[in-house]
Amino acid sequence: MNNTLVLPLIIPLLTAVILVFLKGRIALQRWISGLSGLVNVAVAAYILYQVKTDGIQTLYMSGWVPPYGIVFVADMLATLLVLTTTIIGLFCLLYSFRSIGEERERHYYYPLFQFLLVGVSGSFLTGDIFNLFVCFEVMLISSYALIVHGGTKLQLRESLKYMLVNILSSALFVAAVAYLYGVTGALNMADLSVRVAEAGQGGILNVIAVLFMIVFALKAGLLLFFWLPGSYGAPPAAIRTIFAALLTKVGLYALLRTFTLIFYHDPSVTHSWMGWMAGATMVLGAIGAVAYRDIPRILNYNVVISVGFIAFGLVSANQDALDGAVFYLIHDMIGKALLFLLGGMIITAAGTKKLDEMGGLIKRHPYLGWMFFVTALAIAGIPPLSGFAGKLMIIRGGFAEEHYVLAAVSVASSFIVLYSLIRIFMAAFWGKERLAAAETTPARASDYRMKLLSGAGLFIIVIAMGLGAEWVYGFVAEAGQTLVQPAIYIDAVLKE
Amino acid sequence: MELYMSLTIGVLFTVGVYLILSKSLLRIILGTSFLTHGVHLLLLTMSRLKTGAAPLLGEKADSYVDPLPQALILTSIVISFGVTSFFIVLAYKAYRKLGTDDMEQLRGEQHE
Repeated sequence: MNNTLVLPLIIPLLTAVILVFLKGRIALQRWISGLSGLVNVAVAAYILYQVKTDGIQTLYMSGWVPPYGIVFVADMLATLLVLTTTIIGLFCLLYSFRSIGEERERHYYYPLFQFLLVGVSGSFLTGDIFNLFVCFEVMLISSYALIVHGGTKLQLRESLKYMLVNILSSALFVAAVAYLYGVTGALNMADLSVRVAEAGQGGILNVIAVLFMIVFALKAGLLLFFWLPGSYGAPPAAIRTIFAALLTKVGLYALLRTFTLIFYHDPSVTHSWMGWMAGATMVLGAIGAVAYRDIPRILNYNVVISVGFIAFGLVSANQDALDGAVFYLIHDMIGKALLFLLGGMIITAAGTKKLDEMGGLIKRHPYLGWMFFVTALAIAGIPPLSGFAGKLMIIRGGFAEEHYVLAAVSVASSFIVLYSLIRIFMAAFWGKERLAAAETTPARASDYRMKLLSGAGLFIIVIAMGLGAEWVYGFVAEAGQTLVQPAIYIDAVLKE
Repeated sequence: MELYMSLTIGVLFTVGVYLILSKSLLRIILGTSFLTHGVHLLLLTMSRLKTGAAPLLGEKADSYVDPLPQALILTSIVISFGVTSFFIVLAYKAYRKLGTDDMEQLRGEQHE
């Protein structure tokens, strides 16, 4: 029992409630949400310290001992992801202070942002599959409100589709939980793992596993990503960033959790299907990233490619591959957040989304340019930057399981990622200077410095994760070990 | 009893899917409502139907209904209620601003 586990939910929740009452007082809202972001990072770091020293931490809600009641489980994977979430949340907040605009700030932007963090952290920490659904919904409902926040035509149109897709997948999620409960009579994930192992994962449990796979693949954008490029392109840069960095990753986390803890007995069905899906996602994402010539679309397709790549790690499911998947997942959350922030700044600086209409930004924005360039290299996995270690481990794990085609596809897709991002760099920063007129005013310049600062914070983390990969690996390896040996997780939850 | 419930769920799913595949936004929203109703009934049926037993009448009760699925359904109903009302408001707002509720015309790309 460890009550600190609930703090990553309670802090943003209370903050959000307080912020709702401070509607008109924007400066105060900024201070409070910034402070709560800082406290949240500190709490997440403290939980990480506890997990590192004392092993997996659990919290039984209202003292109901598992398998009854809802349990919160902080294993290394969940804790690392919560810490990453709080860090990204903090920097996104810093960025939105100067970019989101007063109109949106006045209309509950900060409370909605905090509610989103509640849902994301809850999804990572919960050890109960129905509670996972509830946390998903908290996250999704905030994201519905955020994606349409501001109510431009584009946002309204895209949010309709985004909402419809997510309502459908949520309905399927509940149906899958119903089937699973009907077959096993359990909802606690550790208990489910034990019961599925006892019953043997045969016909009907495979059907349920595939149903879960469809649900989480819809949320993560694994093969079923048709909704993603359009809807993530609609909202402003700060919201787009938090979506790209967190939402699809929660779907991936759910896939990682369920298919290593519960449905790991029949990989010839589930994991080989997922292998096809991962390969197709990388190929289709790569085609999309090359096909478009506006920044949001290219970046959105990059999100899709990385989802396919992390799923490849899950498909191989050995120690190396899962270590790599965890490492890459964390790298990708921070890297994509940084990339989307920088992309948003390029769009503001150039005054357009289209690559063909921009150019020559390097003269006025050298820091932005070089940060974007190095981030592009990190995302593509050039050593010694942070993408490399994760990619190396995933591909090595893939070779060990003889997934040569998938490994080849993922290496090829890395080149496409590099190409698509360098193309943005060349189009935006090289050539004749074409600046947006509004950029030169002093107010804009101070906004720009503040935004650059929030980008720089994430940038330092990306560099540090690359140079200190060995140190990060100490944490990641522990997360990977829990994934490879479900017994560690089960023992921590059920026998205490 | 389970058979009738299964048939009802099947009909609800069919109607829901049919409505979601139509062009009009309001029909789509109704479709999602039908679908979630079907899912709730599914949850109820999967926990096995018993007649004449109440959920948990103390530890010595002869027969009781599993109360957990009912709690789950309640949670899910509340969520789907909130989501549906949000969706309807969103659809109305979109109709006012975009001037159409036809999904064919909301495909995008043309006025960007």
